Amino acid sequence: MMSLIIGLGAVLVLGILYMIFRIGNLVGLVKNEEEDIESGNSIHGYLFMVFIILGLGLFFWYSFAHFKSYTLPVASEHGVVTDNLFWVTMVVIVVAFVIISLAMFWFIFKYRYDKNRRAEYIADNHILEIVWTIVPAIVLALLIFTGLKAWNDITGPASKEAEVIELVGQQFAWTARYPGTKDNLLGHHNYKLIDASNEFGLDLTDKNSFDDFKSLELHLPKGKEVLLKIRAKDVLHSVFLPHFRVKMDAVPGMLTTFKFIATKTTQEMREETGNSKFNYEMACTEICGKGHFSMRFLVVVDEPEAFEKWKASQEAWLKLNPEYMKYVPAALQEAAMINAGIESNTSTAAQATVTAVSISN
Amino acid sequence: MATIDIQAHTEVHHDDHEHEHEHHGNFWTNYIFCQDHKVIAKQFLITGIFWALLGGMLSVLFRLQLGFPEANLEWLRPILGGWITADGKIDTEFYLSLVTMHGTIMVFFVLTAGLSGTFSNFLIPLQVGARDMASGFMNMLSYWFFFLSSVIMFTSLFLSTGPASGGWTIYPPLSALPQAIEGSGLGMTLWLVAMALFIVSSLLGGINYITTIINMRTKGMAFTKMPLTIWAFFFTAIIGVLSFPVLFSAALLLIFDRSFGTSFFLSDIYIGGEALPNQGGSPVLFQHLFWFLGHPEVYIVLLPALGLSSEIIATNSRKPIFGYKAMVGSMLFIAILSFVVWAHHMFVTGMNPFLGSIFTLLTLIIAVPSAVKIFNYVATLWKGNIIFTPAMLFSIGLVSFFLTGGITGIFLGNSAVDIQLHDTYFVVAHFHLVMGSASFFGMMAGVYHWFPKMFGRMMDYKLGQLHFWITFVGVYMVFFPMHYIGIAGFPRRYYSWTNFETFNSFADLNMLVSAAAILTMVAQFIFLFNFFYSIFRGKPAPANPWNSTTLEWTTPRNPQHGNWPGEIPTVYRWPYDYSKPGSKEDFIPQHIPYSETPESNLPHENDLIKLEMGDDAIVVENKKH
Repeated sequence: MMSLIIGLGAVLVLGILYMIFRIGNLVGLVKNEEEDIESGNSIHGYLFMVFIILGLGLFFWYSFAHFKSYTLPVASEHGVVTDNLFWVTMVVIVVAFVIISLAMFWFIFKYRYDKNRRAEYIADNHILEIVWTIVPAIVLALLIFTGLKAWNDITGPASKEAEVIELVGQQFAWTARYPGTKDNLLGHHNYKLIDASNEFGLDLTDKNSFDDFKSLELHLPKGKEVLLKIRAKDVLHSVFLPHFRVKMDAVPGMLTTFKFIATKTTQEMREETGNSKFNYEMACTEICGKGHFSMRFLVVVDEPEAFEKWKASQEAWLKLNPEYMKYVPAALQEAAMINAGIESNTSTAAQATVTAVSISN
Repeated sequence: MATIDIQAHTEVHHDDHEHEHEHHGNFWTNYIFCQDHKVIAKQFLITGIFWALLGGMLSVLFRLQLGFPEANLEWLRPILGGWITADGKIDTEFYLSLVTMHGTIMVFFVLTAGLSGTFSNFLIPLQVGARDMASGFMNMLSYWFFFLSSVIMFTSLFLSTGPASGGWTIYPPLSALPQAIEGSGLGMTLWLVAMALFIVSSLLGGINYITTIINMRTKGMAFTKMPLTIWAFFFTAIIGVLSFPVLFSAALLLIFDRSFGTSFFLSDIYIGGEALPNQGGSPVLFQHLFWFLGHPEVYIVLLPALGLSSEIIATNSRKPIFGYKAMVGSMLFIAILSFVVWAHHMFVTGMNPFLGSIFTLLTLIIAVPSAVKIFNYVATLWKGNIIFTPAMLFSIGLVSFFLTGGITGIFLGNSAVDIQLHDTYFVVAHFHLVMGSASFFGMMAGVYHWFPKMFGRMMDYKLGQLHFWITFVGVYMVFFPMHYIGIAGFPRRYYSWTNFETFNSFADLNMLVSAAAILTMVAQFIFLFNFFYSIFRGKPAPANPWNSTTLEWTTPRNPQHGNWPGEIPTVYRWPYDYSKPGSKEDFIPQHIPYSETPESNLPHENDLIKLEMGDDAIVVENKKH
C-alpha cells in the first residue's frame, strides 16, 4: 500500500514537472524568446563567478581546517622526502590551478554575450605561446629531477646489514617470515611444497630454513634498514604501509622488494598522535577478491633492543611443526635441531613421529 | 545571412540525382542495417546512452554501500536477488563486479564507442565534405560488432556467478582463475569475448575514419583547413588502430591461459589447496600489454571530447580558436607520447625501477602539450562574446575538469610521489575528472551542439542549462572530496574501510560523495527527457542554429543520404573566421570564397582570390575524392 502511494506520488510529481515544462515552452513561444540571445545568458556568467569563488573558498577552508584529518603522520626516512616532494608539488600546482581557474572564469564572466560588442579576431600570439610552453616545461623538469633523485634512492639496493623480512600475500591474509636469529638468512621456498601446515612452502633441504620463524604481526626495528621481500601465493596483492609511505605489489612467481627505515616506534606514534590505541597497519592495495578490503596486518615498530628481544623469543617454524623433520636430509638433522631450537626429547618425539609416519605409509 | 543562403543555392548544380532517390529503402535498410553514417552515428549514440545509464546506475549501487554502509538495501532484492545478503547488504564479491563493470562500461562502451563512434561517424563526412564514409558497409559492420559485443557484455550481468569482477584492468591471475573469484568463471569468458568483438568494431571504425579523412575531403579542404574536431578524430583513430590490437593479443593470451593450460601470465600459484602446474609466466607482462592499450585509451576517450569542445568554444565565443596550429601540434604530440607512458600505471608492480625513471620522465613531458591546450582554451575565451548555450556550458565544464583532474597527474606521474598515492582514491579522483567527467562533458556538449543536425529539431535550451549546472556541481562534489580521502591513503576497490583503524574516518565525506552521485545521476534524467522529447517534439531547427562556419551547417535541415542535395560545397578558408573585422556577419562559413568578402580579407587572403577564380586552380593538396 505504502509503495503504491509513493509510486502515485512520484507519477504526480513527474506529471506536474512535465506540465511546468510545457507551459514554460508555450510562454516562450508566445514571447518569441529565440530572438534574444542576451536574455538569461548573463546569469550563467554570474553563476560561474559564484561557483569559482565558493569552490575555491571551500577548497582552501577544508584544506586548512581539516589538515590533520586527511594527512597521515609519516614514520619513515624516505617518507619525509616523498612527503616534501608531494607538498612542494602541491604548492606549485595550487598556484597554477588558482591562477588559471580565476583567469578562465573571469574571462567567462567578463566576456559574456553583449549584442553591442564584438569578439576580437585573435588567432594566435607566438610569444605568448612559446612562454606558456616553456614555463611549464621548466617547472616540470625541476619536479621530475627532484622526484627521480628520490626514486633512485628509494629503489636502490639495500645495504648488507638490512633486516630482511619476507611478506607473503594470499587470499585474504598476510604472513611474515623472519630469517631467524641463528643464521639470519631466509631459507629457500618452493610453491609446490606448500600444504596446510607448510604455508610458506619452506624447502627443508636448505639449512637456512631451519631457524626461520613465522609471524602474524610485522615487527620492525626503529632506525634500522628493513628489506621487505614480497611474494604472493595465489593472485596479485600489494603491500601498503601507509605511515611508512611504502607500497609494492606481491606477484605470484616473482620476488619484489622494498627497503625503508622506520623512524618512530609504535609507542612514539601513540604519543605523537595522542591516541593511546594507535597501531600501525598494513593493507592490501591490489584487487584480490572478495576479502580484499579485510587484509589487515598489524605492524609493530620497536626500539632495536626490544626488536631483537622479540625475535629471540619467537620459536622457529620447524620447532612448531616437528613432524616436518622428516623432510630434512639425514646429514642435516642435527643442525636442524640445533638451529630450530628443538630439544632432544622433543626430537625423539619427532623421530617417533617420523617412524610412525613411515610405518603408516 | 541572406547573402550566404543565396550563395549556397547558386552554387548548387543538381547533377547528383542518384542521391535524391536513395532514401526510399524500407525500414530495415533505413534504420537498422543502414550504411548511412548519420544513422550509424545515431545507433552508436542511443546504444551509448543506454550503456551510460547502466554504468551510472552501477556506480550508484556501490556508492550506496560506500556512503551508507549501515543502510538496509533489502528493497533492492527484487532487482539484485541473491546479490543482496541476508542482512540486506551488497555481497562483497558483487561489489567488485559492480566496480569492474562500471569501469568497463564507462571506458569502452560509453566513452569509446558512444563518444568516438557517434561523433566520428556523424561529423567526419559532414565536416570534411564527403557523401559518406569510405566504406559504408564496414561502417555498418562496425556498429553491429559493437552491438553484438554489447549484447554479450550485457548478458554477463545476469549470470548466476556474476559478471567479471577482477577490476576493469582484469589483471591475471585473479582474472584467470575461477577459484580466486567467481566472476572469473563464465563472466570473465563473456567479458573477453565481448571485448574481442569490441576491438573488431573499433578497428573497423578506425580504419574507416582514417581513410575517409585522408581521401575524401572536399575540394579545398586542405589538412590545414580541417576543423579541430576532425584532427582530433583523426589522431584518435590512429591511436586506436595501433593500440587496440595489443589489447586483443593480451585478451587472446589470457584466453589461452584460462582455457588451454598455457602459462603466459601464470606462475607458482597455490590456490584452493593445490599447486597449479603453471610456471614461468609473468603477471607483469599482462600489465604491460594491457596498459599499452590502456594508456592510449585515455586519449582515445579524451581527444574527441577536446576536439568537439574546441569547435563549440570557438563558435560560442564568436572568436577563432586560439593557436590552431598549436592545438593540432599538441594533439599530435599527445598522440605520439601516449604510446610511451603506459608503465606509469605500474611504478610499484615490481617492474624494474629504472623503467620507472624513464616513464616518469616521459609522463611529465606529456603534461606540457596538455597545459598548452588549456591555455589555448582560456585564451579563446579572452575577449570573446560568449553565448552560454548548453553545449558551451558543457565545454566550459570540460575545460574545468581537464584542468582540475589533469593537474593532479603531476603527482601521480612522479614515481616517488606515486608510491603513496598509487591505487588510492587520489587516483580515482584524478582519472574520473580528467578522463571520465571531461570526456563525458565533451560528449554531452557534442549532443547538445549537433542535435539539431542529427534530428532536425532543437533540444530545450533551459533544460539543457539546468542539466549542466546540476551535473557540473554534482561531479565536483563527487570527485573533489576524493582527493582528501586519497591523500589519507584510502585504497581503491574497498567494500568498506572499517577493518582498519587508519582508514576508519571520512564517513561524512563518503556520504557526501554518495549523495552527490545520486543527485548527479537523477539529473541525467532531465537530459534523457529532453533528448527523447526533442527528437519528436522539439522546435524545428534552422539549418545553422549556432551561426557556425563548418560544412555540416551548409546541409539542409534533415540531410538525406549523400548529405548535400547538390554538389558538395568547396572550401576556401579555415573553419574559424568568427568576428572577422570588416565582415557584416560575425561568422564566415568555410565555403564562402575570399572573392565575396573583400571587406574582411586580410592582405594575404586577397592574393588567394586569383587562385579561386579558375575552377581547377584552387589550391588543394588532394585532388582525389
